Amino acid sequence: MAKADFQVPELKEYAEIPEIKPGVMAHSKPFKSKPDFQEALGFPGELVEDWQKKAINKMGDLLGRYRSLRVYMDACVKCGACTDKCHYYLGTHDPKNMPVARQDLLRKVYRRYFTLAGRLFPDLVGATDLTEDVLGDWYNYYHQCSQCRRCSVFCPYGIDTAEISMAAREIMDSIGVGQKYCNEIIGKVYKIGNNLGLPGPALADTLEGLEEDVFDETGVEVKYPLDQEGVDILLITPSADFFAEPHVDGLIGYGKVFHEAGVSWTLSSYASEAANFGMFIGSYDNMRRVSMRIREAAIKLGVKRIVFGECGHAWRVAYSFLNTLVGPWDFLDPRYPVPQHICEFTYDLIQQGKLRLDKSRNDDMVLTYHDSCNVARASRMGDKPGGQFDIPRAIIRASCNHFYDMDEETIRDRTFCCGGGGGLLTDDLMEVRVKGAQPRVEALNHVIQEKGVTHMAAICAICKSQFTKVLPYYGMDMGQIVSVHQLVSNALILTGQETEEEEAVEAAA
Amino acid sequence: MPIEVNGKAFETDEEGYLANINDWEPGVAEVMSKEDDLELTDEHWDIINFLREYYEEYQIAPAVRVLTKAVGKKMGKDKGNSKYLYGLFPYGPAKQACRYAGLPKPTGCV
Repeated sequence: MAKADFQVPELKEYAEIPEIKPGVMAHSKPFKSKPDFQEALGFPGELVEDWQKKAINKMGDLLGRYRSLRVYMDACVKCGACTDKCHYYLGTHDPKNMPVARQDLLRKVYRRYFTLAGRLFPDLVGATDLTEDVLGDWYNYYHQCSQCRRCSVFCPYGIDTAEISMAAREIMDSIGVGQKYCNEIIGKVYKIGNNLGLPGPALADTLEGLEEDVFDETGVEVKYPLDQEGVDILLITPSADFFAEPHVDGLIGYGKVFHEAGVSWTLSSYASEAANFGMFIGSYDNMRRVSMRIREAAIKLGVKRIVFGECGHAWRVAYSFLNTLVGPWDFLDPRYPVPQHICEFTYDLIQQGKLRLDKSRNDDMVLTYHDSCNVARASRMGDKPGGQFDIPRAIIRASCNHFYDMDEETIRDRTFCCGGGGGLLTDDLMEVRVKGAQPRVEALNHVIQEKGVTHMAAICAICKSQFTKVLPYYGMDMGQIVSVHQLVSNALILTGQETEEEEAVEAAA
Repeated sequence: MPIEVNGKAFETDEEGYLANINDWEPGVAEVMSKEDDLELTDEHWDIINFLREYYEEYQIAPAVRVLTKAVGKKMGKDKGNSKYLYGLFPYGPAKQACRYAGLPKPTGCV
C-alpha cells in the first residue's frame, strides 16, 4: 500500500461536523489533459487566447440550453442545509467543499455577467470577474466533487451541485482546460472500445480464461461469449469487470445467472464499456458519442435485449438518458425494460424460484451493502419506488445468511459516496479520495464493531476500485469490498453441478 | 520527468511511467525499484517478463486474473493469487509491476 503523505482522517464513534479549515485543500488538483486527449474529444488542446470571453460565452450557452442551471444559479438562499452533507467537506474540513461554496464559485461569475445587479454593483451581490484565480479554484474544487448529489437531497430547493460541477467542467474543457484522467479515458473508448483500452483479442483471451476457471470450479460449461450475433441479450458492463478484482468475480456471476436462465447472450468488443465519462465532464456530445457505440453494437449483433452490469453512473446514463441520447430502441423486444439492470434480471429469477442458492456458501462473510450514489439518487430498478435500494439487498439476502445495514443516515438516498466517483478515481487525487471516503468508512467501521460485519458489497466498478485502494489507509483490508454478483456466484448451484455434499454421498454409496 | 539509466535519459510521464515502451531495458526496472527501496528478485523478474510478453501480444497489461493464473501455473497454485503479487509489489501489480516493465498505466475504473 502507498504511504500517505497527508493526514488520514480518524474514524470516530459518532459522526462529527468538523470545524472549518479554510484553504486546506487548495493545493489539490488533478493532472491536466494533454492537447492530444483534448482534441480527440473536440476540445481545444490548450488554454485558448481569449479564454475569459469564450468561457463566459459558453456559460451563456449552457444557461440557455439548461433551464435547470439558471434556476440553480438563482435559487440559493444560503440556508446552510447543505453545508455538512458533502463527504468531501466532512473529510477535508475545507469550507470550499461545502456544496453552497462549491456552487458559489460558479454563481459569483454568473452574477457578474448575467444579472443586472452583478453587472452594476458587483461588490454588493458577491459578483466577481472571471480571473485566473477563479479559474484555478474552478479546476481544483470542481475536481473535489464526485457529482454524487447527496447535497441535493437536503437542499430545500433541490439545487443539484452535480449539474453545476458538470457545467463548470464543460466550460473549462471548452477553453482547453481538461482533466487528464477523464479525457484520456474517453479517447480510449473511441479508439479501442473501453476505458481500459482492452482490444478484442485481450478480451477474448480473458473470457476464455474465465470459462476454464468456472469449469474447473463447477464442472459445468458456462460460456462467456464475445461478439456473437443473433443472441437474445447484449451485456454492457464496465471494462473493469474484465480486468480487476473483485469486479471480475461479479462478471463470473452474471455469466452463471445467464446460464441458469437459459438465455443466449454476448458481450461486444466494440461496445465493451458501460461507463460513460462523458457525463462526468458534462459534455452532452461526448456522452452521446460513447452511448452511440451501444446502439451500433446492438443493431449489428441483432440482439433483442440490453442488460447492464454493475456500474453506478452507467446505470444513471442508461436508465435516465439512453432513450433520449441514442433512442428510439424500437428494434428491441418491447416485453423487457430497455435497458435492464443485471440486478433486475437476477432478482426476477430469484422471485420465480429459478436459481438454486445455497446461502451457507457465503457463511465466511458477514455482509453490509453500500448504495452507490448514481444508482441510489439518479435511477431506479424494478417497478416499485425504492427498487434500486431493495432489489440489490434482496439479492444479497437470498445469497447470504448474514446481512446488516449501515446507519440509516448513510444509506439509501442518503448514502455517502465512496469518495472516488465523478471522475476522481485517479492517483493524483488520492488525498481527496481517502479523506472523502471517511464518512462512508466510519459508518462501515460501526457495523464492523457492532455487528461483526466483515465485507461490504457494491454494484459499481468505481466504488469497488475506490474501496480496494482506500480501505487499507484506514487499517482495513482491500479484500473487504465485494461484488453483489460475486455473492450470487458463490451461492449459486448450477444445474448439473455436483456439490461437495452430493459427491460425499456418492462416494459413500 | 526523465529517469537516468546507465547514463541514458528515459522520458517518463507525470506518474513515473515510461513515455515510450520501446525504450525499455532491464536497467529501467532496476532504477525504478531502487527508488522504491525494493530489491528485484527472480520472482519479481518472472512477473515483469510475463507482463512484457503479454503486452507484446495483446497491447495491454493482463487482467489480474489472467496474471494470477499464469503465475499459479508457473510457480505453483499457492502463488496464483493477488496476495502473492502484492507481497512482491506492495504498490500493486498494476501500479508497480507495470511501471517497472515499461507498460503504460492501466486506466479506467481500476
